[in-house]
Amino acid sequence: MPRVLRDFLSVGLPVVAIFALLPLVYANQLLLFNFVLFLILAQGLNAIYGFTGYLPFGYVGFFGAGAYGFALAVMHLAAPPALALLLAGLAAVLLGMILTPLLRLSGAYFAIANLAAAQAVYQVIANPALQDITKGPYGVSLASVFAPKASYGAALLILAGVLALVAWLRHGRFGLALQAGRDDPVSAAMAGIPVVSARIIAWLISALIAGLAGGVFAWHISVFYPETAFDLSTSIFAIVFTLFGGAATLSGPIAGVILLYGLYNVIGISVPQYFQLIYGALIVGLVLFLPRGLASLLQRRGIDVP
Amino acid sequence: MSPDSSSPDRLLTVDRLVKRFGGFRALDGVSFALGAGEVLGLVGPNGSGKTTCINTISGLYPPDGGAVRFAGQTLGGLASHRRARLGINRTFQSPRPFASLTVRQNVALAAAYGRRHGAGTGGADSAALLAELELDHLAGRRAEDLNSAQQKQLDLARALATAPRLLLVDELAAGLNPAELGRMAERLAALARGGMALLVVEHLLSFLDRLTDRVIVMNAGREIFEGTLAEATRDREVVRVFLGGDHAG
Repeated sequence: MPRVLRDFLSVGLPVVAIFALLPLVYANQLLLFNFVLFLILAQGLNAIYGFTGYLPFGYVGFFGAGAYGFALAVMHLAAPPALALLLAGLAAVLLGMILTPLLRLSGAYFAIANLAAAQAVYQVIANPALQDITKGPYGVSLASVFAPKASYGAALLILAGVLALVAWLRHGRFGLALQAGRDDPVSAAMAGIPVVSARIIAWLISALIAGLAGGVFAWHISVFYPETAFDLSTSIFAIVFTLFGGAATLSGPIAGVILLYGLYNVIGISVPQYFQLIYGALIVGLVLFLPRGLASLLQRRGIDVP
Repeated sequence: MSPDSSSPDRLLTVDRLVKRFGGFRALDGVSFALGAGEVLGLVGPNGSGKTTCINTISGLYPPDGGAVRFAGQTLGGLASHRRARLGINRTFQSPRPFASLTVRQNVALAAAYGRRHGAGTGGADSAALLAELELDHLAGRRAEDLNSAQQKQLDLARALATAPRLLLVDELAAGLNPAELGRMAERLAALARGGMALLVVEHLLSFLDRLTDRVIVMNAGREIFEGTLAEATRDREVVRVFLGGDHAG
């Protein structure tokens, strides 16, 4: 069996199946939806960070673009949810194209510029002067398409697609070429790999994933404000979950979401100050002692982590 | 020396190539030519521009003046990955493997993406290449787990997987033991006999001596001597730049 299929069947599909069945035994569907949402976002971030090394602190910008892409499609075009979701993904891809020149930067400069770009998009959308189009700072209401079950199902479908995509990136030729360009762009170019265009494709794939996540988020909660859609902690969560579990693997970001978002929901809401303390300590500890995440504990012992 | 760029048997022509870094002219009008199956040694003191020369030919830096012509085509600012597909490849002074990928993946990627146009899909298949370069027993290991001599072999394997017509070799011998040196020299000589052109930057002159008797000596970005290695060691200017003025008798 090809390794792409093997990884998807052994790791990806069980996760989707569990989250498809959980609503039958657990009533808090919004919490389950948020888990699915972060599973999608962590893998979307993985697609760009894990495979090219670019860490987009403004990743939430694509998420917000998707949420508003969905909202605008519903409000102004009266688009059915499926079409609005497609347009949400398209909005994020367009934003990704506009931001492509950022890839000329690297390291912290890229992270900061990307963060600033996300803030700029937020400010445009939240601008009261655009109230007729975006409803500005007053938020949108999409009650006409509200459908929690259908939108949860759509989120699961997106998750399945994203997990399959990351499994392909890990083992397929294109993903290996990306990893080669991440390890050493000079020798990758000498091996005939068009490093820059491959990187741009990964960037747009990553934007598309966040845009679809933003779209399905807009559909599911149906009432939201610009500061919810462009909440910086969405970026931070996706980054921390991915780093904690292990970027460039399929199972690492999943483990990161389950463990850390689980922890957040157990103690973060009741005693937020302890949660922030633990989170802060965890990030410092990760960067210092485990930069390649939980997965590297096994990889060091020569175990192949899917 | 002004190379005859119109000569049909010249695969590579480097014509008055200039490369500046700020005010420093790392290459200051260097010229030479190289035909298929030929081995040309490039020697000179540290900082004389040898590696810059290889970096410019392989497309890492665009030239600031002069021209590089390959198989009748002026390369200009052509990107490295396109040069690889034209048939130019190289090794690196310190090996630059794809650290997190396996040895097999390293070579397979180069074969998939960098294979020269018109080289077909046969010939040097990855498995045979790994066996030839004594890497077959390491094929499933991550490249970062290899020692530096093995990483040098991997650099070469990856370059050869693209079926190059011109191979730029940057200090491949440094750090190899005598037995490995002998095998490496024989391997490069065999490549040249098969029609590949080789430009070899090397400090270890005994290694170079086994490969070719044609060398260019560079100093301060220019070629100061072209001829055999034996003649070079008797040339006053060459002796002066290597050993200092007092030794030039």
